[in-house]
Amino acid sequence: MAEALQLLISGIATGTIYALPAIGFVLLWQTTGTINFAQGEFVMLPSIIMLAFIIFGDMPLWVSFLLTLAISAMLLGSVFKVVVVQPMIRHGVLPLIIATIALSILMRETAKEFFWNEAQAFPMPVPYIVIRMGEVTVTTHHLFSFGVACALVILLQWFLSRTRTGRSMQAVAQNPDTAAILGINVQRMISLAFLINAGLVTVAAVLVTPIYLAKWDNGIAIGLTAFIAAIIGGFNQVRGAILGGVLVGVLENFSAFYISTEYRAAFPLILLIAVILFRPYGLLGRPEERTV
Amino acid sequence: MRKTVIAALAAAAIALPGVAGAADTVKIANLIELSGNGAAIGRNWTDAVNMAVEEINAAGGILGKQIEITDYDTQSNPGTSRAQLQKALDNEPYVVLGPIFSSSTRVNMALTKRAGVPQIVGSEAASITQQGHPTIFRTSFGQAMGMPKLVKYLKEEVKAKTVALIYTNDEWGKGGRNTAKELMAKAGIEVVADVSSEVKQVDFSAEVLKVKNAKADAIFAYCLEEESARFLNELRKQGYDGPLIGETTLISQKVIDLSGANANGAKGHVGLTASAPVPALVEFGRKFKERTGRNTDHNGIKGYIAVYVVKEATERMGSFDQAKFAETLRGATITTKDEPGVLLDIRFDKTGDVDRESFLVEVVNGEQKVVSVLPALGE
Repeated sequence: MAEALQLLISGIATGTIYALPAIGFVLLWQTTGTINFAQGEFVMLPSIIMLAFIIFGDMPLWVSFLLTLAISAMLLGSVFKVVVVQPMIRHGVLPLIIATIALSILMRETAKEFFWNEAQAFPMPVPYIVIRMGEVTVTTHHLFSFGVACALVILLQWFLSRTRTGRSMQAVAQNPDTAAILGINVQRMISLAFLINAGLVTVAAVLVTPIYLAKWDNGIAIGLTAFIAAIIGGFNQVRGAILGGVLVGVLENFSAFYISTEYRAAFPLILLIAVILFRPYGLLGRPEERTV
Repeated sequence: MRKTVIAALAAAAIALPGVAGAADTVKIANLIELSGNGAAIGRNWTDAVNMAVEEINAAGGILGKQIEITDYDTQSNPGTSRAQLQKALDNEPYVVLGPIFSSSTRVNMALTKRAGVPQIVGSEAASITQQGHPTIFRTSFGQAMGMPKLVKYLKEEVKAKTVALIYTNDEWGKGGRNTAKELMAKAGIEVVADVSSEVKQVDFSAEVLKVKNAKADAIFAYCLEEESARFLNELRKQGYDGPLIGETTLISQKVIDLSGANANGAKGHVGLTASAPVPALVEFGRKFKERTGRNTDHNGIKGYIAVYVVKEATERMGSFDQAKFAETLRGATITTKDEPGVLLDIRFDKTGDVDRESFLVEVVNGEQKVVSVLPALGE
């Protein structure tokens, strides 16, 4: 019983790590109809920049976080929208996907070339304390990550469904032409979505990097797992991302312990296939129709 | 007569640049992990190789020729390593140094075999020197040399009757696990948990639970460096404080840097360490740190020794004869009196494996401390 509980808690903690970038995937899809295959690198780059401020600028984590937040908003928000999304989106989703794949390679190579080509330790955002409850252990970092992820989901869900701006963003994603006729500033809504995503990935970076370690190729694993988590949870529901992330984390642990460590990465993919076959819009997603 | 002189001068003018290049330098290819998972170890190797090359060149080179070293990045990828080695061989190097990843060496070594070019690798998989490759050598301990010392330590010092084993599920990790299991079976040590983990794995809670629940007398960890760090973090989180033994990577400087205090108490066998009570190794460690600002790991020492082995073998032959190179080195002993750059007396066997004394290390307060010096197997 204690074993199962430990696996469950660790799985939820790891799942939260997967969920954070998955939220970004969902947000961009929900608000702009774009899929960003550089999402993993969008988490990797802020972590590298933050670490550079800490090491070379001798700054505390929170100062480097704020500076990185500003840089992310500019680079991963505004510049990304103007240089990559705007020119490509008019040609459809597929060219944009290819452009973001190219961007992910560019970001990886840049991080490798100009920062570090090997893993670096990254400071914890909260004092690291191991809490023991009998045979089961949990860390303050796990609790903090889980709390932040849940808070972000609640905040985003509220923002998208309960505020005028949030509803406008969703309207733009569903039909930009109709939204424009209704008087919504389409470009402003799209810019806002990219800025929120930039903030989200910077928060994700500060939470996941102490575990992942800061490294140029981290984005590959983060992006892929987050994408799987987003599909499982439902690509059109922000809260689906956290469910998807947690399911992947827990499933990996249980399958590794009770079935086989060799195939630990295969079981989330089996779940993904099952979801695509039986509930293609995801566990918490809702069926939707779009004009093609 | 005048025509003959002009023709001779013209011929000399055409030929001289090439001859000068060939006469003044000897090309060595450094095929190594400069990016990807192995970047940390590849960088140490390369920095140390460059250090040795600069020292040798400053002292007049090898048989009067300056070493011209060219780096080829394997990107820690076996397929890329093969393509890069082909590119290196197109430039006709005298010797190829590297790579370190066994999975890369396994797929590229056929090219040096076919070309008859000596290759000195940093890889440890036992199978590499068991393929009948006539010109392959290593400056690290292969698993076939390192594991027997470790199993002997587990049996005689730790007095372990049962061991829980965790390894990285790749060429290197599986090779080490197979060798260790075989030797443990012969030594009467029962493997009560045999757990694999993946490259780039983040969550080790299931794996740690498995090895912890096995209640073995000791845990034996054979994982790559980043994964070793994450494994150590999870192991300490789950409160394990029993004997923890590894081979080389578990107690490497990079793992200590990444896992901090969680590495304390881990013990492991290392073929080479700058903290060993050997003045030449300590001096090398000091020079390396002065040059790079980092502490070296065993990979740096391996790379440094590799260049000096090339120098000594070539000077013993008196020529740059690739065919004779292997013949000269197989079964040879190079002492520090012969060539101080090899840092420790070193003996190559008939397969290209190396035998020499090695060290048992414990991580104490974030630093490697040599607990005991283990004699060469041949002694």
